[in-house]
Amino acid sequence: MTRFIDLTLNGISTGAVYAVVALALVLTWRATRIVNFAQGGMLMITTFIASSVISTSGSYWLGFAVALVCGLVLGAVVELALMRRVESGPPLNAVIVALGLLILLQALAGMIWGNTPRSFPPAFSIRGYDVGGTHVLFAPNDTFTVLAVIGVAAGLAALFRGTTIGLKMRAAAFQPEVARMLGVRVGRMFTLGWALAALVGSLAGLLVAPAVFVGPNQFDPILIFGFTAAVLGGLDSPVGAVVGGVALGLVLSYVSGYEGASLVTLAALVILIAVLMIRPGGLFSSTQERRV
Amino acid sequence: MNTVLARIQGSHNTLARSLGLVVFAGAVLFIASEALGAYNELQLANGAYYFAVLAGLTVLTGLSGQISLGHGALMAVGAYTVALLIGNEQWPLVPALLAAVALTTLVGIAVGAAATRLRGPYLAGATLAFAIGLPALADKYTGTFGGENGLVVNPPTPPSWLGANFPLERWEAWIAGLGALVVLFVMNNLVRSGVGRSFRAVRDDEIAASLCGLRVGRVQTLAFVLSAACAGLGGGLLTVVLQLASPGAFQLELSLSLLTAIVLGGLGSLLGAVWGAAVLVLLPSWTNDIAHSFSLSTGVSANMPLAIYGLVLITAMLVWPSGIQGGVRAVVSRVGKRRGPRAKGAAP
Repeated sequence: MTRFIDLTLNGISTGAVYAVVALALVLTWRATRIVNFAQGGMLMITTFIASSVISTSGSYWLGFAVALVCGLVLGAVVELALMRRVESGPPLNAVIVALGLLILLQALAGMIWGNTPRSFPPAFSIRGYDVGGTHVLFAPNDTFTVLAVIGVAAGLAALFRGTTIGLKMRAAAFQPEVARMLGVRVGRMFTLGWALAALVGSLAGLLVAPAVFVGPNQFDPILIFGFTAAVLGGLDSPVGAVVGGVALGLVLSYVSGYEGASLVTLAALVILIAVLMIRPGGLFSSTQERRV
Repeated sequence: MNTVLARIQGSHNTLARSLGLVVFAGAVLFIASEALGAYNELQLANGAYYFAVLAGLTVLTGLSGQISLGHGALMAVGAYTVALLIGNEQWPLVPALLAAVALTTLVGIAVGAAATRLRGPYLAGATLAFAIGLPALADKYTGTFGGENGLVVNPPTPPSWLGANFPLERWEAWIAGLGALVVLFVMNNLVRSGVGRSFRAVRDDEIAASLCGLRVGRVQTLAFVLSAACAGLGGGLLTVVLQLASPGAFQLELSLSLLTAIVLGGLGSLLGAVWGAAVLVLLPSWTNDIAHSFSLSTGVSANMPLAIYGLVLITAMLVWPSGIQGGVRAVVSRVGKRRGPRAKGAAP
């Protein structure tokens, strides 16, 4: 029973990270209809920057803040410099540009910081809470992770539902032409969407880095499982991203704990196929399935 | 050369045209393999099996409009089938390759049937999960699939009538080239047939296609199955050429680079698949040469090939949105216009 509880707690904290990555992917998808495979590279770069800032200044929170700001800027720059040119083209071209950017960023990180993964400090203690004399597999840092995810999700919900800028962003994504006629600066909203997504992504990098270390390829599994979670929940739905992320984290934790780590990717495949067979647009798809 | 191609292209009989094209391509391959050294022969062999896979994938994505991030895993199915049949069961080469195609076709039917309900990123996600999920089986059943080390097979022996000193690389290039020619023949016929037109109809407008009596789901499944069969053949040929089937060769990177190659080459055209195969084979060695031609620190030069690859992908998509083949076509048509309408037929 303690094992089950441990696996559940572990699943929630890893699932929370998948949920943040999925949220970042959902944000770019909603803004520009592009699945941003470069997200893994972008959050890797910002986490490396955080790592450098922390080791020179000695302050975790300074590195944390710098990484988030860098994420915001990087997202805007990528949208303005690259994605703007392929947004209106064939959808696959945007995918290839994103993959190219991912490869380029990984190579650049290897050149600057080296290919050997380095450790990254956690925000809070990673020593599990003491419950009835035993340590459970859930530490203050995991609490921070879960709270951060809830905070991001709530913040995004408030932004999109409660503010004018959020309404403009939704309008630009939903009907660019109409939004433009109503005076919304559609291009700016796209840039803002990418910047926000990269900000959220960089948070995911900071949260997961203590567990996976920082290296050019250390975040690849996070990107893959984050994408799986986003597809699972429905790429249009932030709620779906969070639910998909946590559900995926839980199931993979159980599979890894009871059946062995080698079956994790296979389990992800089985879950995804099972869900998509019943709901081809993900769990929280709002649009009706197209029927021919 | 251009006039030969022009006559082939100008023929009205699709079958004759395909045969002509295959004979022409076969002659080019034969002359190339005779003229090249061992290293380039191996590159030719690699390019040939890549072409087999890319031809199927470009038909799937370019003609029927479905995205697959999972064709590397389908190649793995073909590769492991051939490795098991040749290595453990001592099957001859051709039946083993046919069995690889047959088994991958079956897998393709299962995946393709599931895929027809999915669109765009959801299909990409499902096939991505397939690409990362399937190699886990090699780890799970280490006894059968050899785990991380994979399965090693003996190299194919050139028949004795070719002479005792016939180079192994050339024989491998011939085997892989022959497989590529079979794919070229089938696919070239197919894209110009009713089946190819039904793919395009479904891609352009599913509702209109179904009103014309096409069964959209079935057409999409067929496209997936065909491309899976090509991937199975390509994977089988890979085992023959490299004499190894290991999980490391079929990671997600392979699936992604396959998709990259068809978009970079030019989506939906078989010539684009040729460009794509050339990119997959030549680009890594070129970028390595470039990286080592500068005197850089090891950390930088080790990452240089990747950086160049990423840059090439980004700039190519910004400069030629319709791929290399699209760029070539634009150049050729501009030259053709300047020369007058007579030269137009020479466009490949």
